[in-house]
Amino acid sequence: MDPFTFFALAIPLVVVAALVVLHPHPVYSALFLVLTLFLLAVYYLFLDAHMVAVLQIIVYAGAVMVLFLFVIMLLNLQVEPENNLGRGLSKVALGGGAVLIAELFLLLRHAPSDSGVAELPEGFGTVVAMSERLFTDFLIPFEITSILLLVAVVGAVVLAQRQP
Amino acid sequence: MSMLDLIIAAVLTFIGLFITLNTSALLLWVERKGSALVQNRIGANRANIFGGLLPFNVGLINTLVADLMKFVTKEDFTPPSADKFLHTLAPIVALLPLLIIFVVIPFGDVLIIGERTINLQAANLNVGLLYILAMVSLSVYGIVLGGWASNNRWALLGSIRASAQMISYEIAMGLSLIGVVLTYGTLDLQAIARAQSGLIGGVIPAWGIFLQPVSFFIFLVAGIAESKRIPFDLPEAESELIAGYFTEYSGSKQMVFMLVDFVEIVIVAALVTTLFFGGWQVPFLTREGFVFPWGGGIGLPSLVVVLLQMGAFTGKVFFFGWLQIMIRWTLPRFRYDQLIALGWKILLPLALVNVMATAFIILLLQ
Repeated sequence: MDPFTFFALAIPLVVVAALVVLHPHPVYSALFLVLTLFLLAVYYLFLDAHMVAVLQIIVYAGAVMVLFLFVIMLLNLQVEPENNLGRGLSKVALGGGAVLIAELFLLLRHAPSDSGVAELPEGFGTVVAMSERLFTDFLIPFEITSILLLVAVVGAVVLAQRQP
Repeated sequence: MSMLDLIIAAVLTFIGLFITLNTSALLLWVERKGSALVQNRIGANRANIFGGLLPFNVGLINTLVADLMKFVTKEDFTPPSADKFLHTLAPIVALLPLLIIFVVIPFGDVLIIGERTINLQAANLNVGLLYILAMVSLSVYGIVLGGWASNNRWALLGSIRASAQMISYEIAMGLSLIGVVLTYGTLDLQAIARAQSGLIGGVIPAWGIFLQPVSFFIFLVAGIAESKRIPFDLPEAESELIAGYFTEYSGSKQMVFMLVDFVEIVIVAALVTTLFFGGWQVPFLTREGFVFPWGGGIGLPSLVVVLLQMGAFTGKVFFFGWLQIMIRWTLPRFRYDQLIALGWKILLPLALVNVMATAFIILLLQ
């Protein structure tokens, strides 16, 4: 990825991600989060990871965020004046963010200096290449994840069926 | 990518959009006249220049022009308590993802001009089918936002119904497509369309419906549910919700929401055609011309072959659009619990069984 494409994608991405937190209205915040996820998918596309980009849109932008919006609209959340809990939380968030940035800088200093761009193997990022890795090298994590999801589904059904 | 490649891609995109939007407009007319036919009425017959003095029937075009003029010249009203920005954004967000789906749908095999072979599909993505599912799932936002931004209870109820319905049926739709993907071993729609050439037993064309009949049924039902039309039109049920999520829309913004409906019909029709009815395949037609199984054949130049294929594709799409409109004017509306039960308790298990059965048969054949 050349520097121009990188900044043309990265700057809007950071601005939109910041707006998720800074916008006072919950519905707009959720929409900016959708936009963030969408731009991230475009970012993956430029990194030749087509499959990941499309899955990002289907799973996060298309399903998870629709449910987020659904709940926000159902509860009819409006702009709320800042309360004490919010202020306390924002201090914690700022602290956490500072620690993350410090970690990133530490990692950058210890990164190998000759991190040149490696040649991509043939068919990188395509469905075939990705599923080959997924069902050979990463088969056990993949199966464990699916069992985890199954447990979550069963849990949701049990909770929904509980009589009042 | 050279300049010429870019121009070819632009032309192909234009042809795809041209077919889509014109079929949508034509289906709008079919809906008006077809509903009249079903209900034993005459239907739209007032829009006619020169008072019907022309010897030939120009009613079709006049009806379309009159509809458009009426929509555009009406007041574009935004309710005072609405969220103005999102209210305007919603129709655009609903339409845009649907229109860009058409870049991956092939409308012909290849056009050979001299040394150059042009694949008649605007974008050949290896994730074609997944890309379509992704874009379909994005179009939910337009409807959800439209209902919420109107600040109207009926509109909000409509959009909440729409999001629950579309998410439920997306799952059945995606699982029904897995059967197709297992059969053809690819997600690229052009490859799927090409795999449907040839004949089964020397007589019937090798179309997807003969290999995946259950998938076809599930996909068609889920597709009609995704396009939110009768019998699945709970999000805009007139007798309960006025017009659901677009209650507060008027003028050209409402026109865009109506157009979304018809573009969705065309998408479902185009996907059914491509996945289950051979796409652009014409029986016995190969790249060189007709080859009949009983011997003989007719040689044709590449351009004629391509035009025949595009004609076949458009015709099939139009047929399935017509079928959906006839279904709409024939069936009554579901109750909401019936709708959700159909999606989760019938279509989803059926799709799962279909995936297992397909995988088992493929394993046996290997």
